[in-house]
Amino acid sequence: MVRTLLTWGMLVGLLAGLLGFGFAKVSGESQIDRAITFEGQMDRAKGESPGPELVSREVQSGLGLLTGVVVYGTALGGLFSLAFAFAYGRMANASARVTAALLAGSGFLSLVLVPELKYPANPPSIGRPETIGYRTELFFLMILISVFALIFAILIARSFAPRFTTWNAGLLAAAAFVCIIVVAQLVLPEVNEVPDQFPATVLWRFRVVSLGIQVILWSTLGFVFGAVAERVLSEREP
Amino acid sequence: MSETVLNPASEPVVIPISELLPWIAFAVVLLVAIYFVGVEEGATSIFPGMYVHEFVHDGRHLLGFPCH
Repeated sequence: MVRTLLTWGMLVGLLAGLLGFGFAKVSGESQIDRAITFEGQMDRAKGESPGPELVSREVQSGLGLLTGVVVYGTALGGLFSLAFAFAYGRMANASARVTAALLAGSGFLSLVLVPELKYPANPPSIGRPETIGYRTELFFLMILISVFALIFAILIARSFAPRFTTWNAGLLAAAAFVCIIVVAQLVLPEVNEVPDQFPATVLWRFRVVSLGIQVILWSTLGFVFGAVAERVLSEREP
Repeated sequence: MSETVLNPASEPVVIPISELLPWIAFAVVLLVAIYFVGVEEGATSIFPGMYVHEFVHDGRHLLGFPCH
């Protein structure tokens, strides 16, 4: 059973990755090109020549981008299906389709949206190489806090539902989640390495595209995998 | 159980933990794949050089991982 779900999870993840790549290619690459042009201007202004190209821009924006997003999507799909196999019948008394949609919504919220609000995606030329370790630690710490806050909120919703009705218990859980995240985001240090002259529109569009790719990945996982899982689970032997 | 067969949407039957545990190793493999797209030759490095980083460069930026 788990093997079947995992296989389907990775296949749906592959599909999600291909869709994400399509969107990234059409909408994201133009912003990356603008950011790289800016980077070149900054280097020239400082009298530095741009470093040697290890991988050509053509490969980076084609095969490299495809590989990155598809590997990420496929791996995410596999992990999603395993999380689904655990969550089904445990997270909520809901059908496979509803469970997958809830799980995808929860995953997008806690793994992507909340961490990105504090430490958003950045185009090339933003981010100093010497702080990469520090920034990576903060990014994953924010993800960890956000995931634990979500699990805590789900436990609250479940334990208060019999007393307060499902709706009110859900509101209480959402309030608890928001409180934890607000405190965490206020306490965690600010990271701002955007150069002064960096075009604001490029930064904004890049971040919107970045979130858009994640919306495509997670909604494909939630809705397509949910439909497949419902079929797989209904065919299993009692 | 017959009710589950007749109407599978009504009552989800959980998958036992013992069936899930053997797949933890596979989950680690998947996490390593994400590591290579998102972090390798950035904050930490397994292979020397910058080839992996440069190859997945655009995807890493667009997927929101800290870069450079």
